[in-house]
Amino acid sequence: MKILTGNDLASGDVVWWTGESWSRHVEDSVDVNEHGEAIARAEEGARRVNVPYVIEAQATPEGPRPAHIKDRIRALGPTIRPDLTLKPADPDAGNWVI
Amino acid sequence: MYQYDTYDQSAVDARVEEFRDQVARRLSGALSEDQFKPLRLMNGLYLQLHAYMLRVAVPYGTLSGQQMHMLAHIARKYDRGYGHFTTRQNIQYNWIKLDEAPDILAELATVEMHAIQTSGNCIRNISSDQYAGAAADEVADPRPWAELLRQWSSFHPEFSYLPRKFKICVIASAEDRAAMRLHDIGIELVKRDGVLGGRIFAGGGMGRTPMIAPEIKDFVAADDLLSYLEAALRVYNRHGRRDNIYKARIKILIHEIGAKEYKRQVEEEFAHVKTLGIDPPLAEFDRIAAFFAPPAWEQGLSDDLDLSDPDFRLWVDQNVIAHQTPGYAIANISLKPIGGIPGDASADQIDLMADLATRYSFDELRVTHAQNIVLPHVKKADLYTIWQALDEAGLATANLDLISDIIACPGLDYCSLANARSIPLAQKIGQRFADPERQRDLGELKLKISGCINACGHHHAGHIGILGVDRKGTENYQLLFGGSGAEDVSLAKIIGPGFSEDGVVDAIEKATDVYKALRTDGERFVDTYRRVGMDPFKEAIYG
Repeated sequence: MKILTGNDLASGDVVWWTGESWSRHVEDSVDVNEHGEAIARAEEGARRVNVPYVIEAQATPEGPRPAHIKDRIRALGPTIRPDLTLKPADPDAGNWVI
Repeated sequence: MYQYDTYDQSAVDARVEEFRDQVARRLSGALSEDQFKPLRLMNGLYLQLHAYMLRVAVPYGTLSGQQMHMLAHIARKYDRGYGHFTTRQNIQYNWIKLDEAPDILAELATVEMHAIQTSGNCIRNISSDQYAGAAADEVADPRPWAELLRQWSSFHPEFSYLPRKFKICVIASAEDRAAMRLHDIGIELVKRDGVLGGRIFAGGGMGRTPMIAPEIKDFVAADDLLSYLEAALRVYNRHGRRDNIYKARIKILIHEIGAKEYKRQVEEEFAHVKTLGIDPPLAEFDRIAAFFAPPAWEQGLSDDLDLSDPDFRLWVDQNVIAHQTPGYAIANISLKPIGGIPGDASADQIDLMADLATRYSFDELRVTHAQNIVLPHVKKADLYTIWQALDEAGLATANLDLISDIIACPGLDYCSLANARSIPLAQKIGQRFADPERQRDLGELKLKISGCINACGHHHAGHIGILGVDRKGTENYQLLFGGSGAEDVSLAKIIGPGFSEDGVVDAIEKATDVYKALRTDGERFVDTYRRVGMDPFKEAIYG
């Protein structure tokens, strides 16, 4: 599947396209198929996202998992500071990244 | 320390307000990201993996206690309670919000700090010896010259859009503690017949094409230094490859036309520049130099130390360096605790270091290119009290220049350019060699890790270097031996096929075993490697 990501313009937070808006959580992502570039252009033009781009992901029972480690680290947070990740209380979160 | 005059302050204040307007226009949509990106980069603001990242300049690595407190305040108020000290003697914050960036710059300006020219194709922060003004072996204090270069290069209209970024380093000792010859221009201040001047090296650097800067001028009188640098930059600016980012650094230009031809053109340009009268009058240099006058040393201090506490003794042996003044010492604060993140410090730790500087080091701190902090002027009699305070805050790791004193770039945990993580590897290596006696037995061993070919972690200059690469979506690490950023400068060589994260830690351990078996008295790891070559190491690691 293909999912769309970028950064919130003001906060810089990593965000993911849910089909109608942007979420901080990658599991909310939807498959954008071949529409990713068009959605990216429209959303960037409306200043709802900064530098959006399409990435490959795998569908899993817990939601989409980015194919590349760089995007998995973007999705969760730095692997060396679990306290600063989106799932600080989840000891398995690191396994999801690696 | 240098203090801003009204010109400096008004220039920095004006830039804050200019950037505030630019941010407002970006948020309103008046500027696109393509239009805004070069403007934010001119103010040190990157968009990294998780958020905006702000790189704050620390000119030649020198800070006052008040400035250090401000860095802690920024970490606490605008970031997530910590900062990351870099290999360019700067500090980076990883979780900055765009709409708060102008306020941060405004707060920094109140203590004479900024983020100008910490990115972009301009002359970056001037780097220098972290022991400047304190080292026993310096021929002069390099900081007034670094400050002169800072003023010359700040907002220099001709050099604001160079072919690529440009890094300058000034040292004043034969011992190179600042990787001087791995800069675009390196200056070693020397004295000839009692006259101060500089040996000039040009065309060094790391990145994807590492090169050691050749000497292009054996002596330029200090009075002519700015004119000579102006000429050197002009020739680069004229011929640098703006058409190809990978060939745009001065090192490529000098490599392609040859150092001799580059020098010939610089000399020609120098003859012209000298007629322009850009070198400052002596009175102006004296004004700058006066800010760096030695502190009021106490006379008659004892050099004796009570070393009965073994942990304190270990720290003194490893982290404390001789000072040029009797009764004083240079104290290195390692930001490399075992299992920690190289270069990171919490806001509380930054505040503590600021307090110690104010109380015990004439209000001065230094940031080192090895991502540590220095208290440059402490009385030996105060060392135990300082160590106790550092120890309580987790800042008393006794590992300066040992295998766990690792330079590591932020890597894939933070950096959008990285291919592999650097920090977890540094943590694993530190843990493998955690035993202080084992580290000390291995002696000086400079280990440097970069998460990509851009080499922010200086892997080319490591006695042991590690380069993270992306191999089909998996992190892989190449191992290099034999580099040095010091006066015995050399570039490390890849030893063979890469490793997994755990594999590279095992390989390093095998390499240290080979070193221990083959070393002769007084030989460091890199000395043994240079003497015996790569084969015994490869055989142990791959055999």
